[in-house]
Amino acid sequence: MAGSAPLGSRMPAVTRRRIVKRLAALALLACVSGVHAERPVTVAAASDLKFALEEVAARFTDETGETVRLVFGSSGTFYSQILQGAPFDLYLSADEQFVFDLAAAGKTVNRGRLYAYGRIGIFVPTGAPVVADSELAGLADALADGRLRKFAIANPAHAPYGMRAREALQHAGLWARIEPVLVLGENISQATQFAVSGSTEGGIIALSLASSPAVKARGTFALIAESWHRRLAQRMVVLAGAHPGTARFYAYLASAEARLILQRYGFEVPDEETSQDHPDPR
Amino acid sequence: MDWQALTLSLELAAVTIAVLLPGGLWLGRWLAQTQLQGKVWIEALVILPLVLPPTVLGYYLLVALGGSSPLGHFLQDTFGLALTFNFAGLVCASVIFNLPFMVQPIQRAFEAIPRTLGEAAAVSGLGPWRTLWWVELPLAWPGVLSAVVLSFVHTLGEFGVVLMVGGNIPGETRTIAIAIYDRVQAFDLAAADRMALLLMVLSMVAVAGSFFLSARIALQRR
Repeated sequence: MAGSAPLGSRMPAVTRRRIVKRLAALALLACVSGVHAERPVTVAAASDLKFALEEVAARFTDETGETVRLVFGSSGTFYSQILQGAPFDLYLSADEQFVFDLAAAGKTVNRGRLYAYGRIGIFVPTGAPVVADSELAGLADALADGRLRKFAIANPAHAPYGMRAREALQHAGLWARIEPVLVLGENISQATQFAVSGSTEGGIIALSLASSPAVKARGTFALIAESWHRRLAQRMVVLAGAHPGTARFYAYLASAEARLILQRYGFEVPDEETSQDHPDPR
Repeated sequence: MDWQALTLSLELAAVTIAVLLPGGLWLGRWLAQTQLQGKVWIEALVILPLVLPPTVLGYYLLVALGGSSPLGHFLQDTFGLALTFNFAGLVCASVIFNLPFMVQPIQRAFEAIPRTLGEAAAVSGLGPWRTLWWVELPLAWPGVLSAVVLSFVHTLGEFGVVLMVGGNIPGETRTIAIAIYDRVQAFDLAAADRMALLLMVLSMVAVAGSFFLSARIALQRR
């Protein structure tokens, strides 16, 4: 058979061999570049930190030359991803209970540190037929006469801001009536996006997001009293097996510069004493 | 524009095809030629990722490969290998998810080859490998091409599974489809706009290109 003309071929064998070689090289190259060996410190952060933390991280990079990778999402989603072995180095939860549970599961180096208290409020996009007020009276009216067709909150099943929104609505005696018109965001950032885009007649969103220019310009916001819901005690923790560079960003988050930025976005920042690391690892 | 996410998507598509093509060729050809009784069950299994919600597959992958599963533990302890929330995990998911897109067109292409041709090749003294390379592949080529293109485009567009087993980690698991979702959530509609348009044009060109090539091959054969 050797040397005989190939049967059924339209392409010279040499060209074919070259194509096969090139394909193999391409696949190899892709595999090699697919091994993302050198990775920066990766931070899983509650999405109420979207704007504030981006600013803090940019400052940190300016000052130290080190970059951090920020991933925003619902604290509850991160909690289960970390339990499943997600390769995050630092976890900034909007609810400290998730941090305590991770610590109990041995996924963290200690019980972490309080970094902020979050607040919720009602946001109504410009042009929507609802009045935004702290007592949610305008919301109750709009609900009663059917002006409120859709209302956004974060998913109370796993997003801390969703849980607090539910508590506030329960406190106002609106939960049972408003439940049929609720639109649930995957996290507070998505719920905010629903309300800001005018897809809903309003929503309960984070003060920290309402403080950003992108949101501020699009409607009115009224803060809800903190006594209406459990406190949003936000805790951060370094995860077990974290990147060695994590400690520097963790420390920077407690610095005066970082605290100032958080405050500017409406976070209440705990005093130095209560924000100390929790010594007990369990 | 998130170039990192686009590069990652292209890498994922290339690796997926490199891994899936040999197996897909073998399986598609075997399904086309076998007389096996229970063949429909295997065909159904191959199609399953196409009809199941991505969340079902994502869920099973997470449960099967995650750090708390026996398999996940074993891989982690023995090889130091984690298959969730990283690129390797995405490749795993992507290979499974693209199975129907790779196998189906290949199977159809091999089914279209007259059985007598294989017999003629055997009589002429060609072994199975040579038959595949010199007789069957040149005929099945358009099917194989469309399998590759479909898998490629489908990988670029895959969202649900990637979000579930990958999370949304820049440079690691944030593919272009996830980046669009991420930008919408960040109120950055301008960036989402650009990426969505790019993805649409890219997919359109890839599919149209493969149609064009197939048509040309068919023309040449006449």
